[in-house]
Amino acid sequence: MQTLRENRLQAYAALTTLLLVAGVALVFFYVPSDVDQGFSQRIFYFHVPFAFAAYCCFGWGAWKALLHLWKRPEGADLESYVAIHQGLIAGCLVLASGSIWAKISWGHWWLWSEDQLVLFLVLFLFYSAYFMLRYSVPPGPGRANMSAVYALFGVALIPVSFLAIRLAKGFIHPVVFTRDGPQMTGSMFLTFCVCFGAILALFATLYQLELAGKRLDARLRELKEALA
Amino acid sequence: MTEVKYVAAVYLLVFLFVLAYLLIHATKLARLEREVAELAERVAATPAPRGEEAPERAGAAVG
Repeated sequence: MQTLRENRLQAYAALTTLLLVAGVALVFFYVPSDVDQGFSQRIFYFHVPFAFAAYCCFGWGAWKALLHLWKRPEGADLESYVAIHQGLIAGCLVLASGSIWAKISWGHWWLWSEDQLVLFLVLFLFYSAYFMLRYSVPPGPGRANMSAVYALFGVALIPVSFLAIRLAKGFIHPVVFTRDGPQMTGSMFLTFCVCFGAILALFATLYQLELAGKRLDARLRELKEALA
Repeated sequence: MTEVKYVAAVYLLVFLFVLAYLLIHATKLARLEREVAELAERVAATPAPRGEEAPERAGAAVG
């Protein structure tokens, strides 16, 4: 029987469940409503962590891509692919939650005049194209190398997207974390930290889950080839 | 639509998204594990060529 130490997936899942339950409880039963935005501000506690999770996933995918090109460890290409896939999932949730929040706060689902929104969308579409590129090439070292190079190019968009929130001329998209620290109360910051940890744990779990599935799939193909 | 309903919609969307993802992958993993077990049995049942012993297969990490 496997212990938690031996099975990382179960450990991640347990941690994620704990943090998610704590986060949602804090959001709805502990943290006060924002003075300016009211109840709708509670979307912030998942919207921002999803954005960070997307950045982290794309960054991790780029790191694994660099490792693949540099040291060629087995499985780096697969890990890069899965990380970028997770980043896209997080990106979808950022765009969906952000649009709903924008509708409540600004009265519009989307504003093309806002650089922060458009740059995140560009980042999302860039990595969406990763899959179009990857599956247009037959499996093999060539596909892995091309995917790795593409993933590395995309990582340059991450700081651009992140900094756009701070450098934009418009002041519609809120900036909460400034040089003076987080612009929120202690209870809000605690709730944000718990939700941030929960979302990162969630995507770590989903990453491990998808990786396990892909490795099983590869093992299955090896066995089928052995029997053929 | 009130603010509360919009916020509830966002949280429900996230919950459903994650639930759907987990269900899809849990189903896929269960099917894959079943197929791997079946194939491993077939490989183990395949008689080794005369004069050779069946090689030991190392387990592959899947998690």
